[in-house]
Amino acid sequence: MAKTLYEKIFDKHVVLAQEDTYLIYIDRHLIHEVTSPQAFEGLKIHDRPLWRKESIVAVPDHNVPTSDRDKGIQDPISKIQVETLDQNCKEHNLLQFDMSDVRQGIVHVIGPEQGLTLPGMTIVCGDSHTSTHGAFGALAMGIGTSEVEHVMATQCLIQKKLKTMKIDVQGKTHPLVSAKDIALFVIGQIGTAGGTGYAIEFCGDAIQQLSMEGRMTLCNMAIEAGARSGMVAVDDTTINYLKNKPFAPTNEMWDLAEKEWRTLHSDSDAVFDKVVEIDATMIEPQVSWGTSPEMVKGISESIPKKSNLTSDKHLDFQRALAYMGLNENTPINEIFVDKVFIGSCTNSRIEDLREAARHLKGKKINPSIKLAMAVPGSGIVKKQAESEGLDKIFMESGFQWRDPGCSMCLAMNADRLESGERCASTSNRNFEGRQGQGGRTHLVSPAMAAAAAVHGHFVDIRNEEISG
Amino acid sequence: MDKFKHLVSKVIPLDRSNVDTDAIIPKQFLKSIKRTGFGPNLFDEWRYLDHGEPGMDNSKRSINPDFVLNKPQFKDSKILLVRENFGCGSSREHAPWALLDFGIKVIIAESFADIFYNNCFKNGILPITLQKVEIEELFSETETKTLEIEVNLEKQFVKSSKSYSFEIDEFKKSSLLNGLDEIGLTLENKSVIANFEKSYFSNYPWLKQE
Repeated sequence: MAKTLYEKIFDKHVVLAQEDTYLIYIDRHLIHEVTSPQAFEGLKIHDRPLWRKESIVAVPDHNVPTSDRDKGIQDPISKIQVETLDQNCKEHNLLQFDMSDVRQGIVHVIGPEQGLTLPGMTIVCGDSHTSTHGAFGALAMGIGTSEVEHVMATQCLIQKKLKTMKIDVQGKTHPLVSAKDIALFVIGQIGTAGGTGYAIEFCGDAIQQLSMEGRMTLCNMAIEAGARSGMVAVDDTTINYLKNKPFAPTNEMWDLAEKEWRTLHSDSDAVFDKVVEIDATMIEPQVSWGTSPEMVKGISESIPKKSNLTSDKHLDFQRALAYMGLNENTPINEIFVDKVFIGSCTNSRIEDLREAARHLKGKKINPSIKLAMAVPGSGIVKKQAESEGLDKIFMESGFQWRDPGCSMCLAMNADRLESGERCASTSNRNFEGRQGQGGRTHLVSPAMAAAAAVHGHFVDIRNEEISG
Repeated sequence: MDKFKHLVSKVIPLDRSNVDTDAIIPKQFLKSIKRTGFGPNLFDEWRYLDHGEPGMDNSKRSINPDFVLNKPQFKDSKILLVRENFGCGSSREHAPWALLDFGIKVIIAESFADIFYNNCFKNGILPITLQKVEIEELFSETETKTLEIEVNLEKQFVKSSKSYSFEIDEFKKSSLLNGLDEIGLTLENKSVIANFEKSYFSNYPWLKQE
């Protein structure tokens, strides 16, 4: 029987089936400091060992400082949390990239970068953006801490089969339209609950043309459409990315693996529960204007008019505009920003930094910008960027060049917005208070964020002069 | 985990869609390494007028009198009524921990985000999905009075002036009714998992490489 990619991976991992409830085997378990301590504690209370410690990779990312790292973590509560991860890793002898390790970074950046994320794997992490790893033709999903403990103790998860959704992005996007714009556009179309209950597979010409970095950005945002998992089929781009990654298989193991990985795509006659077709040529650079990622428009458009919305949306619409300090019908390119953040598990990879730097080279950020920061996704990304001279481009333009971590995506460390400040951000959530209480977030691509830094407001990058 | 069978309580009407987990429990409180103590900071940014940080004496903070959770009639309520896509956003289990710590045992919504929905069951909270028109009816009932409703998991109904039946997965229902330890349950299949691993790693040997 023809199968979708999701079904192929799911079926290979079924340990036990009882009616429609399955016990599925987990290959890779990524952990970080915020959602793991209570799981370790639970194991201890019940005196349960870790089932397969080799499956676990740990990294601190949410709480870590992105400047003056040699001084350690100033916030005593954050410090305890990171130290708790250190202790748990030591006690159980787990692979950890700690704060002093050059490989440290955002968990969803380091997994792929190290070849710890491989096609066909089931991958979990106590973090909703685990969907990122689906870019490799893996079944990756975010789980809660109880499930983190469950996987630690049993190497399995209790699951129902998700429904399958195909998002087919046909045609070619404008060269300056990025994976982030595709993701935001899709969420604008299907809504933040559009993917609830589904595993999404992104297909079509526009997806095949994306680099692995772009595919990761896209799958990362699947959760913002409500889908626990987003995935892209394996192709040459996937295989080429994985070659020579530190933890990827080598020699005859590579050959065996590659043979298997090449089968990881939906069969041509596979049936999806839902199909959404998107015309890539319709997608322009996107900017979110509200407090939910579905509140998003193209750069040439305006914030909607209340009278054009159905009445059940009015209350949320008014609340969002009041929080954001914006008026209906305001053109997107007339929105001015105070701060610019380039980073997060969505957009902190080398390609993202290159893209932003193209728009900054030889330019200065607008004097109206209070702070612009570039936060690489990992120590390895940072090193690579520095070897290409990107750090200099950022700093000469007026950006701060920071150390890797989640940073102002969720503002758990010292990097945050003050109340009322407006930010062009390459992160994934524009919820109330996400980047700091009272802070106002506009989600954009790295190129759009860089251009907003230069102009002080959002501009259409398709009309900009850029280097290279 | 505590069992859940049956409950009668006043309903807190929180008339919002897309309530995200950042709103349920803001990030600064996720620095705790415990599972308990999050209740006073549930909906912190809506509930208080000042900025909350861990370690503050919440009883001394200024309360937002307009926020529904602060209304005196809902002090001991165990049921939260909301609209669509409740619990969207991050996977933080601190969100159900905060709700539970506050005393919420049942959440009635038009729809829930997947990860949050799942997390509720791990903590003895019953998330109930009703139709849009049914949610609308319940909200209109709360407009005129403090609504008290009965929730029965065994028979799968919610009863106000009218009775509404709800769907729930059998496995999740029985876990909640019996307060099952899911890890213990899975570990009863230890040898099945071990046997699976044997054949799995012989089929995909590169995954055994570390």
